[in-house]
Amino acid sequence: MIDPICKLALGLLTGFFFGFLLQKGQVTKYRVILGQFLLRDFTMLKIMLTAVVVGGFGVFALLDFGLVESLHIKPMILGSVITGGAILGIGMGILGYCPGTLVAAIAEGSRHAIFGLLGALLGAVVYAEVYPLFESTLLKMGDFGKITLNGLTGGSPYLHLAGIAVLTGVLFCVIELWERAGTAGKKADG
Amino acid sequence: MDWSKSYKFFQQCAWSPYLVGALIGVLSWFAIATVKPLGASTTYVRVVGFAEKAVVPSHVAENLYFQKKSPKVDWQMLLMLGVFIGAALSARLSGDYHVERVPELWKRRFGSNVWKRYGAAFLGGFLLLFGARLAGGCTSGHGISGSLQLAVSGWVFFATVFVAGVATALALFGRQRSQS
Repeated sequence: MIDPICKLALGLLTGFFFGFLLQKGQVTKYRVILGQFLLRDFTMLKIMLTAVVVGGFGVFALLDFGLVESLHIKPMILGSVITGGAILGIGMGILGYCPGTLVAAIAEGSRHAIFGLLGALLGAVVYAEVYPLFESTLLKMGDFGKITLNGLTGGSPYLHLAGIAVLTGVLFCVIELWERAGTAGKKADG
Repeated sequence: MDWSKSYKFFQQCAWSPYLVGALIGVLSWFAIATVKPLGASTTYVRVVGFAEKAVVPSHVAENLYFQKKSPKVDWQMLLMLGVFIGAALSARLSGDYHVERVPELWKRRFGSNVWKRYGAAFLGGFLLLFGARLAGGCTSGHGISGSLQLAVSGWVFFATVFVAGVATALALFGRQRSQS
């Protein structure tokens, strides 16, 4: 029913920093998330991809030093990951928040996020009811197990992360140049 | 150390997204080294599990999904409480707290009717959580935590959400308005 108190305290502390950072990153705002999906504001991608690169190097290093026992890989089930991801993406496009930033958005005054939260809770209720329908269908379809990029190629995880870092760096450069050209163009128009 | 300067830093409305991303990356080291990777959407299941248990305990006991994700106060539930407190503090420090009933972008396209927006937000929230549970994770659990561990599921999820989000936003707001 309840986790040990020290584990709960760690959760509260981790969440506190997570919420603080999400708010300072502005991804707690409808216009920033919609701006990303309309390809006008790339804040969300910048934050997520930087977190993945920095997080990845550190987590694999912790694993090598024995400070992390094992990774927590979720299975690649084509049926459920793609269907679920698509439904979540549509919901996020309408709502303008994800399950984590939804709570942070309420904390910074978004009232419509409260209705989003109520919808999300109903979504959880309904999912629990219909889960048996998916258990033998979508959740079994195209199950490749807990596969990883480095496992597939047999290469070093650091090499993959370095590759991702380079691609991400190139993408960021293109985005920055595009954003600068955009603001310069607007100034010229005005 | 100049404390007034560092305090001003915390009063800023927005930090560089690269700095925020890097710090979330560091936070993910802490989370995984102490307990487990960052995630959010399981908490919604545990919360409704508690609520349903209070009304119809036998139903919750028999439900297959609640047997997997039993109602309990766990690390992630406290994490979500922390997210609320952290975001509230950040917004208060910078004066970024403001009541938003209908976002500007939405208002320009669909008008300022509050209930229309609340209804859409409710529907969006429903799809958001239903999709997250079907996929087995959300933007945090799959998108950030999965991808950084090089899980194929994380990257496939990330790409799918992005494509679906772009398609939805374009369907709602149209391409021609994207420069306004």
